[in-house]
Amino acid sequence: MTVETSVGKAVMTTGENAVETVQSVWDAESVGTELLACEDEVRDRTPFSDEWPELATDTALAYAIQDQNLARRLARGETLIGIKLGVTSRAKQAMVGIDSPGVAWLTDAMVLPAGDPIPQDKLIHPRVEPEIVFVMKDRLEGPGVTAAQAMAAVGSVLGGVEIIDSRYRDFRFRIGDVIADNNSSGRFTTGPVSVPPDRINLAAEAVLVEVNGEIVDSATGAAIQDHPGEALALAVNVLAERGLALEPGWIVLTGGITTAWFAPPGTSVGVHFTTLGSIYAYSD
Amino acid sequence: MHTALRERAAEALFEANRTRQPIPPLVETYEDIDVTDAYEIQLLTVKKWLADGRIVKGHKVGLSSAAMQRQMGVNQPDYGHLFADQFYLENMPIPLDEHIQPRLEPEIAFVLRKDLAGPYVTLPDAIDAVAYVLPSLEVVDSRIQDWRIGIVDTIADNASGGGVILGGPPRRLEGLDLRLVGCTMYRNGRIVGTGAGGAVLGSPLNSLVWLANTLGRFGVTLEAGNVILPGSVMRAIDIAPGDRVTAQFGGLGSVTAVFAGNEGAAA
Repeated sequence: MTVETSVGKAVMTTGENAVETVQSVWDAESVGTELLACEDEVRDRTPFSDEWPELATDTALAYAIQDQNLARRLARGETLIGIKLGVTSRAKQAMVGIDSPGVAWLTDAMVLPAGDPIPQDKLIHPRVEPEIVFVMKDRLEGPGVTAAQAMAAVGSVLGGVEIIDSRYRDFRFRIGDVIADNNSSGRFTTGPVSVPPDRINLAAEAVLVEVNGEIVDSATGAAIQDHPGEALALAVNVLAERGLALEPGWIVLTGGITTAWFAPPGTSVGVHFTTLGSIYAYSD
Repeated sequence: MHTALRERAAEALFEANRTRQPIPPLVETYEDIDVTDAYEIQLLTVKKWLADGRIVKGHKVGLSSAAMQRQMGVNQPDYGHLFADQFYLENMPIPLDEHIQPRLEPEIAFVLRKDLAGPYVTLPDAIDAVAYVLPSLEVVDSRIQDWRIGIVDTIADNASGGGVILGGPPRRLEGLDLRLVGCTMYRNGRIVGTGAGGAVLGSPLNSLVWLANTLGRFGVTLEAGNVILPGSVMRAIDIAPGDRVTAQFGGLGSVTAVFAGNEGAAA
């Protein structure tokens, strides 16, 4: 038997009867430190929830770790420029037991300028996914925001490619682990076409994903919570629970439209949208 | 494979289709069957159907995505025949007892305005032969038990064809980029898949060129007025009695298939 505390405990079983309760070495502070260290040193690790089961499903705890690491990023000179959404397909949400997208922070250190190679030496095991990207025109604060209201606060819509990376070996993690890890943030780049939100049917907007010249995937914007505006509204309402809002000028990555495709060194990826143009990502 | 064995396999598939009783994979019954045998078996089966009064109204291309080809261990698509009695109307309940284990695939269908004869068809030739495109849902089905198909099974089995539902409106090709036409498929109101035209061999038009040239080598011409199903833009979905499936194609319109319910099934 074990009692869960804020620092976490794990039950170790050795043999038939011997049950030993050990204090987890992890707490919010040390998990945050270790995650940033993994990122800076380009190394992966096992998920913390293996040793600290409480983190597996405690999303409030996980977001506290994420927020604490945002503060550390800002303290070391990075600028907060927006948010990224994750787990935006209803099927995936049902699988991990949540009913709205995951949210994580974007800083200027995560921007990959158009035409620059994927910085393989700074990433552990990058994967790429196509995204629909919003640039906010107005402040947007929940709760109670609807998709229509959320879209009215969007200034422009672009195509994008997110290069996700995970500090967890083989991308194996539970929901709390991945939220703490800023939802596998890596780099992102935006496309050449920018349109006002009332000039595009985002549910019908299609994307083709081409890896090393082969078309490997395709989808439409409807794969994002039936409409990316729906995902934005849900995310803003979730942020409001922590007293947070979206600011004018912020970028919102609305989540992978297809599955994420591995992009090891030497991979070239082309992402082609119906109206939002083509974006290429590559590395030698 | 001996001619008599090919004939026996064709007879088995013909009977499976007639009785809706699927058969074991052909590879289990005929050990040295290959792709050439499989197409011969398909043709023998088609001859039986023609003798039975069926009329060919078009062709279908299958295995048109890189992922499906890899799954089947091949590097090109396959094709089958489409018969007049396999054209279902939108919103008219499709009897499930006409099929064994049906699935649905959304496709951008071509209707030809003139004959297209390979084997020297180019992309412009194909574009010139297309009257218009239609949103469509292909019913795929397998006469092989539990869909346990390999490449030779599906080819011999008329490329797992089952039928087609055509939607609207008809659109001419001018100004359309079929590669970037998106498709969102709904089953009973819920999104069950999304995809885009480029998932079909890079473009559905490539599929049409491939089919014309492949059939052309056997002296077969794609005829004016015929319907060509170039391949699915996403994974197939399973169908249950009473299902209502709609595929919305960006800028092309939509198509809806309704399947008959269980009424009377217990009687």
